[in-house]
Amino acid sequence: MIEIRNLYKTFSSGDDKVDALQNINLTIADGDVYGIIGMSGAGKSTLVRCINMLERPTAGTVTVNGRDMGALSNAELRQARREITMIFQQFNLLMQRTCLQNVCFPMELSGVKKAAAKKRAMELLELVGLPDKAGAYPAQLSGGQQQRVAIARALATDPKVLLCDEATSALDPNTTHQILSLIRDINDKLGITVVVITHQMSVVKEICKHVAILDHGTVAEEGLVSAVFAAPKSEAARRLVYPAREGEIISDPGSETKVRVIFASAAAASMPLVARMARERSVMANIISANTQPIDGKTYGDILLGIPHEQLSAALDFLRGIPELTVEEVSDLV
Amino acid sequence: MYDNLFSEKSLSDALQCLQNEIPFAIWETFYVTVLSTLLALVIGLPLGVLLVVGEKKGVLPLPKWVMQVLNVIINLLRSIPFLILMIMVFPLSRLVIGTTVGTTATIVPLVVAAFPFIARLVESSLREVDPNIIEAAQSMGATPMQIICKVMVPESVPSLLSNVTIALTTILGYSAMSGIIGGGGLGQIAINYGYYRYKYLVMLIAVVLLILLVQLFQSIGTRLAVKSDKRLKH
Ligand SMILES: Nc1ncnc2c1ncn2[C@@H]1O[C@H](COP(=O)(O)OP(=O)(O)O)[C@@H](O)[C@H]1O
Ligand SMILES: [Mg+2]
Repeated sequence: MIEIRNLYKTFSSGDDKVDALQNINLTIADGDVYGIIGMSGAGKSTLVRCINMLERPTAGTVTVNGRDMGALSNAELRQARREITMIFQQFNLLMQRTCLQNVCFPMELSGVKKAAAKKRAMELLELVGLPDKAGAYPAQLSGGQQQRVAIARALATDPKVLLCDEATSALDPNTTHQILSLIRDINDKLGITVVVITHQMSVVKEICKHVAILDHGTVAEEGLVSAVFAAPKSEAARRLVYPAREGEIISDPGSETKVRVIFASAAAASMPLVARMARERSVMANIISANTQPIDGKTYGDILLGIPHEQLSAALDFLRGIPELTVEEVSDLV
Repeated sequence: MYDNLFSEKSLSDALQCLQNEIPFAIWETFYVTVLSTLLALVIGLPLGVLLVVGEKKGVLPLPKWVMQVLNVIINLLRSIPFLILMIMVFPLSRLVIGTTVGTTATIVPLVVAAFPFIARLVESSLREVDPNIIEAAQSMGATPMQIICKVMVPESVPSLLSNVTIALTTILGYSAMSGIIGGGGLGQIAINYGYYRYKYLVMLIAVVLLILLVQLFQSIGTRLAVKSDKRLKH
């Protein structure tokens, strides 16, 4: 279990001070796949680097499996880091070593015998689907393959926790999907707790069970991914769940009020909502944008409607009468 | 001065020199250069590593004064002209080799002149290593020593090889200069024949041979550097 309590991190260089993290409190259960999402500069990397003390917090504690990471001696910390491994956006493989040697590297550091390390490294390369690339150098591999080698390397010391800092941000959507499946498999098969740092909602949707939304160094919202998607409460969460879409500018605020309809089931999503509203209440709604997404086997989605001012109350009355719908007026382009 | 370059006398002198002195001079230049470079590397490599890892944000931060002393010594030695340095280290040569003249004795000033240069070259090579890779090693629990020996140095081998080649060719030039203090080798032949005895053809031959040696070292070094670099897709 990872417990982050009252964590602060301030970077100061001369007179410049950046409060990268402010009073972060998170609990990540064993075996979870936990997403930490936020815009660029929100403090995600700083937070994940505080977990293995690559970055020393200014205040607060990080406890991993009962061990207070900040209180460890250098030698103890190095030992602890073998159980909390990390993969990165840029893969960070040793470029002058073969894939096999890269996977052997952490075992070399901890003094595993060469033959045993080699055997284990081959098993791991097999696990990530690259047994034939043992003798290749990283420069000869694609980005996705390099990340697979990095994952094999991260598993070499039998970690309890895998930290992924934007691990798929440098990859194309297809490769991203494959790498995320691999990470999910590893979580399933080996029970390793995974912390996924990302700026992409799609990544969280695809593999995370829980998510924390980080905004300007604070946790804006936290909980089950399905719950956050169904009803994002914070401003930051809404920005991520309902990203501004191009179509939204075609609505004329002079004549229409924008209403967001959020549905939390397939039944609600498949209802001919706009047509029924037109027939039953004579409301001529303008569909500005619509979006659905499956999460955990359920369908979530939202429609942004433009409703003539004079018909607003009739429309709201109709919509609020339908189960599994959340309705809200939208004042600006958030 | 080049009027009688190809006179009969000039040609026969040159031929005689080519047969009797030049082969050994090539060997002397070669071994002085290579040996000096190796010895300078033995001192310069660790110093160059310290210059990088000892920084405040390095993997093995050293006290600030240690870094300052190191930097001052290196800058100081690098600012003394080699001709002067050769004379200044006479006491050291006497102490180490027992004499101040002769081929072996010139190894001392060459090493003294070259190790600070090599330390700076090593420093610049190591700085090219991607800091993210170093951080990845730290995240796996590598000790500072492991980071130096298993990450920084191996990852910069191609760059180190091309920088050592630069050092080698520079030292070759210095070793020719040491002909002035009786250093032997091609430099001494050039000076003895060209400067003292006005036999310019011999001087030119010695110079051409020096150029060929530089070419040889450089092309071997470049080839090794390229070949060792696994970032390139061969
Ligand atoms: N080493 C550092 N020195 C100074 N400021 C930093 C440092 N690392 C990060 N920051 C600042 O902290 C904030 C959060 O950065 P980061 O954690 O990298 O964000 P993210 O990973 O979410 O994009 C940013 O404003 C960034 O400029
Ligand atoms: Mg980041």
